[in-house]
Amino acid sequence: MKRIRVIPVLLIHDGGLVKSVQFKNYRYVGDPINTVKIFNEKEVDEIIVLDISATAQNRNPNLSLIKEIASEAFMPLAYGGGVKNLEEIKALISSGVEKVVINAAAIEQPYLIREAAEYVGSQSVVVSIDVKKNVLGKYRVVTHNSRKISNLNPVLFAKKMEEYGAGELFINAVDKDGTYRGYDLTLIKSITREVTIPVIACGGASVLEDFKKAIDYGASAVAAGSMFVFQRPHQAVLISYFSQQELKDKLYKL
Amino acid sequence: MVTIIDYGVGNLTSVLNMFKRIGAEAEVSSDKKTIEKATKLLLPGVGAYDTCVAKLKQSGLMDLLQKKVIDEGTPVLGVCVGMQLLFQGSDEGSLQGLGWIEGRVVKFNDLVFEMGLKVPHMGWADVLQKKNSQLMKEMYPDPRFYFVHSFHAQPANSEDILLEADYGYTFMAAVQKNHIAGVQFHPEKSHKYGMKLLENFAYHFK
Repeated sequence: MKRIRVIPVLLIHDGGLVKSVQFKNYRYVGDPINTVKIFNEKEVDEIIVLDISATAQNRNPNLSLIKEIASEAFMPLAYGGGVKNLEEIKALISSGVEKVVINAAAIEQPYLIREAAEYVGSQSVVVSIDVKKNVLGKYRVVTHNSRKISNLNPVLFAKKMEEYGAGELFINAVDKDGTYRGYDLTLIKSITREVTIPVIACGGASVLEDFKKAIDYGASAVAAGSMFVFQRPHQAVLISYFSQQELKDKLYKL
Repeated sequence: MVTIIDYGVGNLTSVLNMFKRIGAEAEVSSDKKTIEKATKLLLPGVGAYDTCVAKLKQSGLMDLLQKKVIDEGTPVLGVCVGMQLLFQGSDEGSLQGLGWIEGRVVKFNDLVFEMGLKVPHMGWADVLQKKNSQLMKEMYPDPRFYFVHSFHAQPANSEDILLEADYGYTFMAAVQKNHIAGVQFHPEKSHKYGMKLLENFAYHFK
């Protein structure tokens, strides 16, 4: 049986846990440490924590908060947000984080990816690529919570990041974020067929079947935010995760 | 007391966090006097095989480890590349490993790619236990562990295999030869299963 990683993504904004819709309209969800504790009890496969205000506010990663989160996470933990130099990457790894997620800095200084891969190993370097369609309907890489739109084609950028030594790519479809409309399968396929490193799909997941589709379109792992922190239809805050039995029966290939 | 050997490779915080949570005494050390007195050793390792071997040599701890483990019989657990170091060598590099267990480390072969799987193998896998071990004492049902690796060890003697897992094909996930053991996965990141294994190492493994 081949297991597939199902990864909750937690967004931190001004120290609290939030959830967005299309990278906007943040809603407070709770305390990050408590939430990680709950996900720990639920034995989630892995967890991605993104401090979404760090880069926007030109702030460094909050190491004391990250250390506290790491000490509660007995599963692989990835951290992203405001990571822009090798010193920070080293500090994050020694704080107990397994993987460092690099976003804006990967565009501004791609050599950082190479340096990071050499120093901490590719397996700990995740490049996160936020993608949005521009006015012409073309996919473009965006940063700063989707406020800065680059001219970069996500497929070419993904290939470049692989060449620079990224161990994984975290692909977030901004237009799908928080919408429960399913993953952007076209985007996923366009990238996964061009790279050999694992791709984590994110943005739009609503039901377990969405995971299966993303995997069929080449993703190696699936991530989601809203479906793990809200209970539909009324969007009440409820931290949840699938049981092992559900994952085995409905997702894993025998 | 578990002494986690710090030879400048990898992140030791997570392992230490896990031992703390279990309530077992553990320390991180690169100091010869401390390691000399160690009653249990944990050998970590991440990254390239040759880098790990080179760093271990630079640390000046090779002879001491040889004496502790081989001459004195101090129990040791290798984790990830630390497990691979227990073998004679790896296809990933040209430097010799510790050679405490016969066999070599090889890359995942083409079967994996043919099945549409990617390398590194990154994720959780169920394991199959091949023999009795104190490390698996009272293990929870359906144990699963978190792996990150492109290479896996192939012991020369199949009786050294403790656990097997599948990724395209069956590979050795854990090895044990008397008081020398190693795991390819990361027990410190494998929930209660890893916690139990480390607890067993701290309290029951001899």
